[in-house]
Amino acid sequence: MLMPSLTVHAGGLTLHNPVLLAAGILGTTGASLRRAALAGAGGVVTKSIGSVPREGHPGPTVVGVECGLLNAMGLPNPSYKEFQEEIEIAKTGGVPVIASIFGSSAEEFAKIARGLEPDAFELNLSCPHAEKYGSELGRYPEMVEAVTGAVKAAANVPVWVKLTPNTADIAELGLAAQRGGADAVVAINTLKAMAIDIETGYPILGNRFGGLSGQAIKPVAVRCVYDLASQLEIPVIGVGGVSSWEDAVEMIQAGACAVQVGTALLKGYSVFSEITEGLSRYLERKSLTPEELCGLAGRRK
Amino acid sequence: MKPINSIIQEVRSEAPSIRTFRVDRQLDPAPGQYVMVWVRGVDEVPMSFSGPDAITVQSVGEATQALFRLSAGSSIGLRGPLGKGFVLRGEKILLVGGGVGTAPLAFLGEQARGAGLEVTSLLGFRSSEDLIFQNRFGALGDTIITTDDGSFGIPGRVAAGLKGLDLDEFSQIYLCGPELMMWDIISRCKDRANKIQACINRYFKCALGVCGSCCLDPEGLRVCVEGPVVMADRLLESEFGRYRRGPGGGKGLCRG
Ligand SMILES: Cc1cc2nc3c(=O)[nH]c(=O)nc-3n(C[C@H](O)[C@H](O)[C@H](O)COP(=O)(O)OP(=O)(O)OC[C@H]3O[C@@H](n4cnc5c(N)ncnc54)[C@H](O)[C@@H]3O)c2cc1C
Ligand SMILES: Cc1cc2nc3c(=O)[nH]c(=O)nc-3n(C[C@H](O)[C@H](O)[C@H](O)COP(=O)(O)O)c2cc1C
Ligand code: FES
Repeated sequence: MLMPSLTVHAGGLTLHNPVLLAAGILGTTGASLRRAALAGAGGVVTKSIGSVPREGHPGPTVVGVECGLLNAMGLPNPSYKEFQEEIEIAKTGGVPVIASIFGSSAEEFAKIARGLEPDAFELNLSCPHAEKYGSELGRYPEMVEAVTGAVKAAANVPVWVKLTPNTADIAELGLAAQRGGADAVVAINTLKAMAIDIETGYPILGNRFGGLSGQAIKPVAVRCVYDLASQLEIPVIGVGGVSSWEDAVEMIQAGACAVQVGTALLKGYSVFSEITEGLSRYLERKSLTPEELCGLAGRRK
Repeated sequence: MKPINSIIQEVRSEAPSIRTFRVDRQLDPAPGQYVMVWVRGVDEVPMSFSGPDAITVQSVGEATQALFRLSAGSSIGLRGPLGKGFVLRGEKILLVGGGVGTAPLAFLGEQARGAGLEVTSLLGFRSSEDLIFQNRFGALGDTIITTDDGSFGIPGRVAAGLKGLDLDEFSQIYLCGPELMMWDIISRCKDRANKIQACINRYFKCALGVCGSCCLDPEGLRVCVEGPVVMADRLLESEFGRYRRGPGGGKGLCRG
């Protein structure tokens, strides 16, 4: 069911609701992306796609920890050359399909962007556990600006830049993305983290290190979104620990124009309808539009 | 869930490249459920339960070879039981298995016998020396065995053993084995696909239903949590038997 009261304009896209599927969650196949769309997501972000096929890190690739999930998938993907067909299938879900892409240089990002036709791009400048990629570029503002600029020049669809929280000042990275011409920033990717098997002393993740997501990082994400929203002109899309409508409301009040949901998919695809229905009831009770709710916390003095 | 540290109690050789590992804990699995087995420093891979405290492994690559280097007293990490297992239905059931895929069926058959069901088994192997669990299945009821090379039982593929059976007699059919063998059986029994429970494999990474590695076209069924046991009628129009994705998500051929 289309819920017009939830329609938002986010980073160059019109979304029939502001609750999107986050990158790397059930985003490897067109079918699973379409399933998220049919389950009520307002948009879907694909798995991060690179220029050559990658198998990813050895297992364990995930480990459940207190209040969250640790992962080091290692950016497995079939390469952009095999991915347009998945995007086409995903598009049959009827919502915008945002292609998450990664590379080790501005040129590599631009090459991939020229080879795909999604409704928007999301630049993964923030994965914390793949050598030469993600936050290894994304923690340098000059790099963020250069990559964003290169993809903007190569693509004729909106470009979102996904930022890492593993930095002293995320707003600096956001401002760099804005200078590069980004249509929106997405925050946050996972926090650098690790877990050890105390029986043997082995780091549990096959890659030893990984990124923390889920409930545990929500307060960090809310703070990052707030900081970004108060300093940037371009919209912010909030991600990190959103698993209920209350979380979505909080993220939007912090300054997000839309949210993405990742780890909460552990509960199944029903999270989308649960969040959008709760959000809808809340907005009705408060007689607010999503746009009016956005950034409310910053206006409270 | 973090992997639970478990000590291997016993390693039994079932066939030249197949071994059963019994561990020191009962994880209370249902037959058809699986466990993620962490061989430390190597990889974490899915294995079906072949008993309440056992897995039966065929050595095919790095992780399984590393497992074969372990012995009683060694430890592994276990995450499970995971996924949806078999559901017993009716009074008289048929188990159809191939190779190491017979492992979860032996476990299922024993549970079914315990519940008073009548069990018939149809099992296929490459050759007489690859035969496993002959005694376990023999103790359950009628057992038909086929071998590809004709060195034991009926010569030919598993399907060759279907001829001697009246499938109408069975309330439910339980299937596990190499994908092309399962696909062969399912395509021959299309009209009763809604009575076949198939235990299938895809490339598992998270085993939690979030990473997307195991999703089956065209529905996007998350095999790791909505399977690995799937009603065969859901497989008829799917990628099953046609292609499967590798660790990077690219499409490849089905094995076996
Ligand atoms: C639900 C399920 C139950 C299984 N039960 C059993 C069992 O009871 N006994 C048994 O011997 N085998 C079982 N397997 C297959 C077993 O997981 C693979 O043989 C094993 O992962 C091979 O790992 P490797 O490192 O030795 O081989 P590799 O050299 O890494 O790979 C060899 C082949 O094994 C398969 N494989 C590798 N890693 C995985 C993975 N993470 N998930 C799925 N397939 C993989 C691939 O098809 C690959 O081509 C099961 C698989 C699944 C999905
Ligand atoms: C298993 C898993 C895989 C992920 N893969 C990617 C990815 O490929 N690209 C990316 O930008 N972020 C990836 N992420 C990060 C998420 O998109 C999200 O930023 C993060 O998990 C925080 O949101 P959450 O708490 O709702 O999960 C992944 C997260 C998880 C848990
Ligand atoms: S293995 Fe990750 S979703 Fe199934």
